[in-house]
Amino acid sequence: MKNENLLSEQQITADLLPQKFGRRGKIWTAVLLMIAFAGAFAYYRQLRYGLVVTNMGDYVSWGIYISNFVFFVAISLVGSLITAIFRLADIRWATPLTRIAEIIAVSAIVFAAIIIVVDMGRPERFMNLLLHGRLQSPIIWDVIVITTYFFISLLLLYFPLLPDLKILIGFKEKSSKLLNKLYRFQGSFWRGTPGQFHISDKAISILCITIIPVAFCIHTVTSWLFATTYRPGWDSTNFGAYFVSGAFLVGAGAVIVAMFVFRKAYGLQKYITYIHFDKMGKIVVLLALLYLYFNVNEYLVPAYKMKKPEEAHLTELFSGEFAPVFWFAICVGMVFPIIILLFKNGRRPLPAFIAAVMVVVGAWFKRYLIVTPTLLHPFLPMQNVPDRYHHYFPSISEWAIAMGSLAGVLLIITFFARIYPIIPIHETIAENEAVA
Amino acid sequence: MEQNERSRRQFLATALLAGVATGCGVKKNPFEDYAGKDVAPSGETVKLLSVDGDIIEMDKAFLKPVPDLPPLTNLEERKGIAGKKFVMVIDLARCKNVGACRKACNHAHQLNPGQNWIKVLGMQDADHDAPYWQPTTCMHCDEPPCVKVCPVDATFKREDGIVLIDSDRCIGCRFCMAACPYTTRVFNWEEPHFTEEAPLAAFIPAKAKVAEKHYSCETSMPQKIGTVSKCDFCPDMARKGELPHCVSACPNGVFFFGDMNEDSVTNGAETFRFSELIKDKSGYRLMEDLGTKPRVYYLPPVNRNFPYEAGLENNPSDIKNVK
Repeated sequence: MKNENLLSEQQITADLLPQKFGRRGKIWTAVLLMIAFAGAFAYYRQLRYGLVVTNMGDYVSWGIYISNFVFFVAISLVGSLITAIFRLADIRWATPLTRIAEIIAVSAIVFAAIIIVVDMGRPERFMNLLLHGRLQSPIIWDVIVITTYFFISLLLLYFPLLPDLKILIGFKEKSSKLLNKLYRFQGSFWRGTPGQFHISDKAISILCITIIPVAFCIHTVTSWLFATTYRPGWDSTNFGAYFVSGAFLVGAGAVIVAMFVFRKAYGLQKYITYIHFDKMGKIVVLLALLYLYFNVNEYLVPAYKMKKPEEAHLTELFSGEFAPVFWFAICVGMVFPIIILLFKNGRRPLPAFIAAVMVVVGAWFKRYLIVTPTLLHPFLPMQNVPDRYHHYFPSISEWAIAMGSLAGVLLIITFFARIYPIIPIHETIAENEAVA
Repeated sequence: MEQNERSRRQFLATALLAGVATGCGVKKNPFEDYAGKDVAPSGETVKLLSVDGDIIEMDKAFLKPVPDLPPLTNLEERKGIAGKKFVMVIDLARCKNVGACRKACNHAHQLNPGQNWIKVLGMQDADHDAPYWQPTTCMHCDEPPCVKVCPVDATFKREDGIVLIDSDRCIGCRFCMAACPYTTRVFNWEEPHFTEEAPLAAFIPAKAKVAEKHYSCETSMPQKIGTVSKCDFCPDMARKGELPHCVSACPNGVFFFGDMNEDSVTNGAETFRFSELIKDKSGYRLMEDLGTKPRVYYLPPVNRNFPYEAGLENNPSDIKNVK
């Protein structure tokens, strides 16, 4: 009794080998490159004139660079969720998604580091962090865990890639000379012997186990950049768990977005199926409910007490200047996606994609709400300052750099998918044979 | 023969002495070397006291200024002045929002327009409480949150209680600004503006500008772009035995500065025992319950010298006109 949907090895390989950019791919890349260059030029201006090109001031001393940083660290947690946790739990249906998740993770964490350097007033003194680093500072903890997470994620991207590199080398007529050189440089030592697979599997297992606590650490430590201060809105014991749960949510949303785009762009309907959207959709509902729970704890409990420093801050979020953004982030970022994805028809590819886009966009605004409003409510009143100190809207340079960093993340993912198979070929073949 | 030798030796010795005497005598002006060969006498003379107790008169142009104090190493600046525990007491009963403290501090440290290390805030704690003027400086906390979070040790607590910033080390991450509950820190978002008129312009040769001065954590000058800055309790003044600029500038004697080890604080005109002053007037610190242990004490605004309204007219024009 043969399964009609069973695919042959040749079929799988032919479908999953990296494809050249079509017209849409070229337009996509060109637009991203333009945005990235605009960001780079804006950064050149910032290096030349100083941070005065932003709209940050002595009170709002952290702006969208930092909220972008938090957003990137949040998204990069997805690598550990899909790759590590699902692998360890032996969740087979998620295998096609592991490489997508991992490249999102690596790409996001790289740009998290870049955007932090962009935010520094003296980036040329970066070495001071290593030469004079103080272990008691949460920033140093962040540097340590993010670097660790980057290397583990990179290895979790590389090791499962090795069997696929062998396949790519085997099909050298399909790739350019340069790419073939790259594949050979990276993976020619891989023979695919049982011995090598044994080592590789063990290594991947160990990495999967270690990445989980490190992943919890990166976003917890990032949350402690805020929670170790006294300010209203930041001085909360809830922050570690609140941030980590939000990170899992936005990461899962990002994976659904990437799934949908790659499926459409590369015709991968046989590999990223309705079942994947269905299951990921359910996961997003679970994570969104969890994040909503933490939000209730974070906002409603202090609102019940309305301590003096928090009163102005919370009132501004619920019904003041930041109310539109706040309710947008809650409804569009959490409530509407939950409602859409609760229904079976809502978990089909297109509605799930829309819900996931809402999750990601809502999450970006949520991170902005975590950083800026608090800074506008210092303990001591803001008096005799220029009018613009009482509001914060990023300048054109800041937007350019922030969008440039987002474009950079997408560019890395795009180029990765152009060079390597975005769905693991070898593992798909192996699983297909196991099913047969 | 011996006679000749003796006389030759004598001749040589005399010649040598004569030569030395002449050589010494040619130097009519002992300061000429220091002033430089190309300095022309200006005609203006000053009277100076020599080490022997004689009064000598000399041309002003030949005087070369040397710094008040030898430059300190970074390690010495980080260690602090031994045996001191600086403390400040601000008497809110005397403050009228004149703003002289702010102006003096801004000028002495060449701050950009809009940057204020001292912020004089109009405070009213609750609806029925009386409003009062509160000058806020850096609190130089004993448990400074800014020092805790600095990743590169660019801000540090010294032996003498002062929290300083090393602008040569600061990476501009602004974590300290987020951590400070008193929001006392300001940041150099752009290249600092320096006026040609440095505070010691009269003593600096015409070409020297503030920007070219050697940077010292104790003077906090010259300010550097992309780094943070704040009130430093003027340790450079303390080393000279002088009071910080705000203390000297205030016409109403609001600021008292002193040493807890000596248990005395002064505003220039009056000196009190610190512990007695705090006890008598019930001094307190800001945001005591945060546990930062600030070194600035406030005396409550009781029996005030001026009504609150008297200060409303002194709006800082330099802040209002900043874009």
